[in-house]
Amino acid sequence: MKILVFVKQVPDTDDVRLDPRTGNLMRDGVQSIINPFDANGVEAALQLKAQCGGQVVAISMGPPQADDVLKKALAMGCDESVLISDRALGGADTLATGYPLAKAAEKIGDYDLIICGRHATDAETAQTGPIIAAFLGIPQVTLVDKLSVEDGFAICRRLLPDRYETVKVKLPALVTVCSEINTPRYPTPINIMKALKKPRAVWNAADLGCEPDMIGIPGSPSSNKKIFEPPKRMTETIFFQGDAEAVARAIADALEAEKII
Amino acid sequence: MLIQLTEEQKMLRDMAREFTRNEIAPRDKWMDDNGFDWDLCKKITEAGFMGANIPEQYGGGGGGIVDTTIIAQEFAKGSASIATFMGGHWLASNLILENGTEEQRQKYMPEAVSGKIFAFGLTEAGAGSDAAGIKSQAVETEDGWLLNGSKAWITNSGVADYYIILAMTDPEQGTAGISAFILPKDAEGLAVGKFEEKMGVRGSATCELAFNNIKLPKEALLGVRGKGFKMAMQTLDIGRISAAAVCAGISEHAMNLAKAYANERTAFGKPIKAFQGLAFRFADMYAEIKAMELLAYEAATTKDAGGRCTLDAAAAKLFATEKGIQICLQAQAVFGGNGMSKEYDIERLVRDIRVWSVMEGSTEILRMIVSGTVLSK
Amino acid sequence: MAKEDYKGIWVFAEQENGVLSETTFELLAKSADLKEKLGGKDEITAVVLGDDAAAFASTLYSYGAEKVIAAEHANLGQYSARPYAEVLTALSEKYKPSIFLFPASPLGRDLAPRVMCQLRTGLTADAIDLDVDEDGVFVQTTPNFGGNILSHICIMEKRPQMVTVHPKVFSPISPIEGAAGELILEKPEVEADDCYILLETEKRVFEGKPIADCSVLVSGGRGIKSQADLDMLRELAALLGGELASSRPLVDNGWLPHEKQIGQSGTTTKPDFILNVAVSGSVQYLAGMQNAKCIMSINHVASAPIWDVSHYGAVMDYSKLIPALIAEIKARKGL
Repeated sequence: MKILVFVKQVPDTDDVRLDPRTGNLMRDGVQSIINPFDANGVEAALQLKAQCGGQVVAISMGPPQADDVLKKALAMGCDESVLISDRALGGADTLATGYPLAKAAEKIGDYDLIICGRHATDAETAQTGPIIAAFLGIPQVTLVDKLSVEDGFAICRRLLPDRYETVKVKLPALVTVCSEINTPRYPTPINIMKALKKPRAVWNAADLGCEPDMIGIPGSPSSNKKIFEPPKRMTETIFFQGDAEAVARAIADALEAEKII
Repeated sequence: MLIQLTEEQKMLRDMAREFTRNEIAPRDKWMDDNGFDWDLCKKITEAGFMGANIPEQYGGGGGGIVDTTIIAQEFAKGSASIATFMGGHWLASNLILENGTEEQRQKYMPEAVSGKIFAFGLTEAGAGSDAAGIKSQAVETEDGWLLNGSKAWITNSGVADYYIILAMTDPEQGTAGISAFILPKDAEGLAVGKFEEKMGVRGSATCELAFNNIKLPKEALLGVRGKGFKMAMQTLDIGRISAAAVCAGISEHAMNLAKAYANERTAFGKPIKAFQGLAFRFADMYAEIKAMELLAYEAATTKDAGGRCTLDAAAAKLFATEKGIQICLQAQAVFGGNGMSKEYDIERLVRDIRVWSVMEGSTEILRMIVSGTVLSK
Repeated sequence: MAKEDYKGIWVFAEQENGVLSETTFELLAKSADLKEKLGGKDEITAVVLGDDAAAFASTLYSYGAEKVIAAEHANLGQYSARPYAEVLTALSEKYKPSIFLFPASPLGRDLAPRVMCQLRTGLTADAIDLDVDEDGVFVQTTPNFGGNILSHICIMEKRPQMVTVHPKVFSPISPIEGAAGELILEKPEVEADDCYILLETEKRVFEGKPIADCSVLVSGGRGIKSQADLDMLRELAALLGGELASSRPLVDNGWLPHEKQIGQSGTTTKPDFILNVAVSGSVQYLAGMQNAKCIMSINHVASAPIWDVSHYGAVMDYSKLIPALIAEIKARKGL
């Protein structure tokens, strides 16, 4: 069984600010990590591999430093990595992101299952998975919190706000996974030592055979006109002062005044 | 010498850092209150740290001294107790790795990898730095050894599965009459006393051990008879490097706690970090931590390259433990009166740093080693 | 085809088991606002799929749809991404709407990207506002980084301009009884998706009352140091007759289930009283609770954004205050 896992590099915090002068995101001092849901995806793939055997390929798209998340995926136990990196791919919206990723899946070929995180914590679109599936013409199951494979089908439980849905989907298929599906393993020291000796490909847009008008800014129907910090509301706050007991009494008084107790 | 980490070592550092942030740091206060954390020990095992120092052929991580030093330093940023625990385990398992027979390695190394805890015992109630004064005795019998005596202040005692115990086999020969033995926790005649109520690193286990006519098989002897002390001293070089890095880690943790406080706390209408007297403390702390790191990693790099590092390891630990105590006190002072409160983590760090200038070679012993070498003709 | 040839505002009317989603009505209401801003010429059309889709028409008219396109087929009775996407793609190519809105529900977010991909157009995710700018361009506001950053997104050339819209950001109109409209009944050919089989559905059972329905909430944030401290907050919540809730970090680290999370990516709440403990107040969190009637906060950081919305508060560490508060309330209640 061949499993492809798509992973994205995201900032380690959502506490980001804009530079008041340039209006751009301030990225100084912000560490980058593997998108947490994608780490769940890697773990899910590795668990399936442990059960069914096969191979797990981790794929990421981004600038050269995005390789860091692939190194992590390899150190967790993935067998190979592919970094898709090309300036021509920059500035892409979700359509122009899903397209080269789908092309990469086609180029790798004979995949049985593709796993993505439910969404990335930076842009939070949750679109990349379904778009890849649409380009590849394969079924998708989103928001999966339990996953197993039998006889050419994946059995997926979807975690929805009010219910669970168990779905049987024919392979090849794409699933997006929730954090509830597993706890990602830590890369062990020995796997770290082995990670960088595994096959690690770097592909550009031409390697993937991308149509130039389908990638980057030209291939992106939507565009970001402006980024800004949300306006603040300014409420007058009554502050309680004193030691813990005094503040507790003041809070209890306020709760009585507000008829909470 | 320029310390340059490999790609793999940077990944190891990032992973140890992540593990520390997620798993270790949140448990440190609990351990301070309640002692050893078995659940955390299980996670440490699953993540492959227990055997990080052990070659791949025995199932380990195949790490060198730089690698384990990285892990120790990162762990120390979350918990001095866990760094103490790891150090004790690695030290003891290293002794078997470096001095054991192949049979012993085959038997014990996979166990160390899979979570069996190892401890190393030299110190006794009446003898610590003065190793020749140890009273524990192993007498050779027809089919093995008969061990009697006691140990004190043994890191991981009470939780360990195996102890490497130093005992006199030839008392008239002083330290050259000391041999090392592998003692399983369930050996008949081994009595584990109650946990010591320590000032710091309370999450690492420390008990008294008593040996009452323990019968050990011949294979319990580790290495050559009479070489126990020498073996220990060589392995202690690694322990000292690790201790220096641990002190750098604890110090950095202390500085970061103080930094957060200095950014939040205001006095006289401005954040206290705006006061230069306080701000300058951070300059000194930063520079000293850097120096601690460099000394530790230089010695580690030398050791990994197969060189002797007794002097550098001793100097690294001497500097790091003494500076570490000062840094923790400086950081505590940033908190003013709050620094005395158990509500603030800095209070725990001040207690945790203290032990490092005592164990694995006290500051005085290290000064003897370093000055002796420096002054020798 | 020029973009000017695409006309009208479409709303995907999400229905499951014969029930239309609330967000469908919210989007119909917002469509009327957009229509006005766009010059009043765009028709508002609800598109509904199902095995008996036309049955929804009158309800959709009453919530503001001027036209209903009902696509019916036995194989559309149960949602499945591929057949639904095929039908919507074909309808969109046939009728050429300018704007196509979807609820940002699990279903909407599963379906819309596939339609968008087949139409090779743009899709803005989880918008929290929709507007038309001074140049007459349709602009969507989306949150990034948990709402700390907002973006204005436009789809300039491609049509339709597709958007999934966050639930509960717009209010539906009061339904107009007897409202009428035009029904277009479509009978597309739909093959059953034998690649995607729904085996079973199991209702989720939750502990405690849903936080969206609570009048009192005690909510813990990133600064909560341990699960034992969280238990303390749970005790306080119970004393106040409310439920424990939290901001995202405590859910991310597994201390509380997702349904207890306040915020844009969790639940939008509107309690009578909320006590925020060690919550700094990320934008996405504030969006999930700022309409509470009375907001009280405890945080040791004087500059935290939570103070922007708090009516009462104390700048101090919670770990001594909460036990004192529990003791004080118990004393006043005679417990």
